[in-house]
Amino acid sequence: MSIFLNENSKVIVQGITGGEGTKHSTKMLAAGTNVVGGVNARKAGTTVTIGGRNLMVFGTVEEAMKETGADVSVVFVPPKFARAAVIEAVDAEIGLCVVITEGIPVHDSAYFWAHACAKGSAPKPGAPRTPRTRIIGPNCPGIISPGRSNAGIIPAHIAGAGRIGLVSKSGTLTYQMMYELRDLGFSTAIGIGGDPIVGTTHIDALEAFEADPETAAIVMIGEIGGDAEERAAEFVRANVTKPVVGYVAGFTAPEGKTMGHAGAIVSGSAGTAQAKKEALEAAGVEVGKTPSETAALMRQIIAGL
Amino acid sequence: MDLYEYQAKDLFAAHGVPVLPGRTVETADDAAAAAAELGTAVVVKAQVKTGGRGKAGGVKLAQDPDEAREKADAILGLDIKGHTVHRVLVTTASDIVEEYYFSFLLDRSNRTFLAMASAEGGMEIEQLAVERPDALARVAIDPIAGVDRAMAADIVARAKFPAVIADQAADVIVKLWQTFVAEDATLVEVNPLVRDPQDKIIALDGKVTLDENAGFRHPEHAALVDERTENPLEAKAKAKNLNYVKLDGGQVGIIGNGAGLVMSTLDVVAYAGERHGGVKPANFLDIGGGASAQVMADGLDVILGDPDVHSVFVNVFGGITACDAVATGIVEALQILGDSASKPLVVRLDGNNVIEGRRILDEANHPLVTQVDTMDNAADKAAELAAASSQGA
Repeated sequence: MSIFLNENSKVIVQGITGGEGTKHSTKMLAAGTNVVGGVNARKAGTTVTIGGRNLMVFGTVEEAMKETGADVSVVFVPPKFARAAVIEAVDAEIGLCVVITEGIPVHDSAYFWAHACAKGSAPKPGAPRTPRTRIIGPNCPGIISPGRSNAGIIPAHIAGAGRIGLVSKSGTLTYQMMYELRDLGFSTAIGIGGDPIVGTTHIDALEAFEADPETAAIVMIGEIGGDAEERAAEFVRANVTKPVVGYVAGFTAPEGKTMGHAGAIVSGSAGTAQAKKEALEAAGVEVGKTPSETAALMRQIIAGL
Repeated sequence: MDLYEYQAKDLFAAHGVPVLPGRTVETADDAAAAAAELGTAVVVKAQVKTGGRGKAGGVKLAQDPDEAREKADAILGLDIKGHTVHRVLVTTASDIVEEYYFSFLLDRSNRTFLAMASAEGGMEIEQLAVERPDALARVAIDPIAGVDRAMAADIVARAKFPAVIADQAADVIVKLWQTFVAEDATLVEVNPLVRDPQDKIIALDGKVTLDENAGFRHPEHAALVDERTENPLEAKAKAKNLNYVKLDGGQVGIIGNGAGLVMSTLDVVAYAGERHGGVKPANFLDIGGGASAQVMADGLDVILGDPDVHSVFVNVFGGITACDAVATGIVEALQILGDSASKPLVVRLDGNNVIEGRRILDEANHPLVTQVDTMDNAADKAAELAAASSQGA
C-alpha cells in the first residue's frame, strides 16, 4: 500500500498544454503514472501527444472525470488562475488535487481552502469541516508512491519502493532525503509545500502513514515559520506508534527575513528551528542535525526492525 | 513586504479609514514647513520598520514649526535597532482619551484569517496577549464571507469597545477589512486606534504587510519599495531575479537549489564553522530548479561582490536539474566572470547525472574549484577555506 496515491490512481493535469504541464506530464507518464488527460478550457476537444500517448484535453475537470474516471488532478496553471483551477477541481469532487504552482497569493489559498472546507463535512458533530477533496500544496513538488504512481514533479528515478514514509515542506530536501535512503526505498513521499497556507499538513501525512501497513517508519522534514512542526510533534506524541525521525532547516535564518519559501520566516520569537526541534524531541522524535545525520538515524531504525 | 507607518496610513486613507493629516519629509527644514502647513502642534515620528520607536527617542511632540525643525533634526539619522531614520512623518498632534488595539492577520495554524481586538491598546500585542489574554478578542474570519457590518459589530462587542464609539469602530473595522483584502495584505494592524475628546475614532499608528506573491494584481505596490534602505547586494540580486538574503557576520558564500536545501546548507556550514574559528554562512541564495549558466554566473557575481565572503559553497542536488548542466553552468560562469572570480569555490553535486557533472568539473580543472562528494564534508571544506583566508587577510 501507500498513502493518498497508488497504482489505481488516474491522473489529469490542469494546465497540461503549458510548458511545465507538458514537461512534467511526460515525466509522470515515463514513471508509470496513469495520466489519462488534461484540462484547458480554451483547448477543449483537442488532443496532445505526450510520451507517445494521445491525451484528450477537456474543458473542465468535471468533464475530464466523467470521461476518464480520473480521481487525481495535478495543477500547473499560473498563479493568477490557480484559485479558479482548485475551486473547479473541488467542485467536481475529485479525490486528490495536487497544486504545484508557486507564487499563489495567500488570500487565494485561504479562499480555496475555505471553499474546500465548506464543500466538505465535519468528521464528527461540532468539529470543523474538512474538505472532501484532499489538497496537497500549493508551492509543492507533489506526491510519489514509487513504482506505483507519481503526481507532481518529484523525480521518479531517485528512489524505489520501500517501507519509509516521508513528509516534507521542502522539495529539494525531499529529493536529498530520498537519495540518502534510496537503497531502502519509500512507501510514499509527499512534499506539502512551503507556503503559509497548505492543504495537507504534516499531521495529515503522519496519520495516514500510521495507518498504512506498508509504512514501517516515518521521516518528517520541517523548516522555520508557523507552528506546523510543533503541532505535528504533539500529534506524534499522542497518536503515532511507528518510529519517526525529524529534520528541521533554518537554524541560522535571521528574524523577519523570508527564506525562499513564502512561509519560511521567523516572526519575533515564533517559528524558530530551535523551538521546532525541541518540540519534536520532547515528543520522542529523534532529530538529525543535518540531512545525512537524519538519514543515518532512519537507517538505524530500519536495521532494528 | 512590510510598509512604513506613513505608507500604511496612506493605504488606510485611500480606503476611508480615518487618519490624522500629515506629511512625510526628509529634512528638518521640510519638517518645519510641514508643521507650518498643518498649523497645529505636531508629532514628529521616525519612519523605520521596527517597533519601540518612542522609547528610542524617535517620536516627539512639537508645539510650533521651530520646535518641529529641532525635533526632526534630532530624529533624522538616529539609529533605531539597526534602522537608520531617513524620513519623519509630521502629523497633527491629537489629544487621546482612550487607546484600543485592532488587527487583521493571517492565521497559519487554522488556515484562515483572524481579527484581534482589545479595548486595552497602546502596548505591544505580544505583551498584551501574554499579560492580559482575556482582554484580547480573537475572532476567526471566513475568507469567503469576509467582514460585513454585522460581523464587525460582533468583533466590537467581543473586544468590549465602549458603547459611545461602537458604531464608529464597526465602520472602521469594515474599512480595515476592505484594506486587508483589496491590498492583498497579510497584516493590517492599528495600534493604537484612539478616541479623541470629541469621541472620534482615529488610526493613530499603522502597520501593514503586503503579500509579494500578489504583486501581479498590484503593480502600484512596486512604488512602495524603499530602495535606499535595501542592502545593496540584495538589491543587485533582486534586479537579476535571484532569491537572495544577506546574512550578517558570515564568511562563506552559499549557492544552492531549492529553499529548503539552501536553508539546510546554511545550518550545515554554521556547524562546520564551529570547527574552523567560528566562520558562518554569509548569505542565502536559491538559484531554483533551472540553474542555467547565466543564473549561476549572476549568482556567483552577487556573492563574489560581497567583501565579507572568503569562500563559496555551491551545493546542488540534481532532482529535476541535471548535474551535468549545473557543472557546465559553473564552468561557463567562471569564464563569464573571468578575473573577477577570485575566491575559492567548493562544489558538491549529487543526484541526477552526477558522474557526468563531476567529470565536467574535473576536466575543466579550474584552479578555484574544489569538488567534495558530500554536503557535510563540502561544508567543512568551505568553512576551512574561509577561515584560512580570513586569518590571512
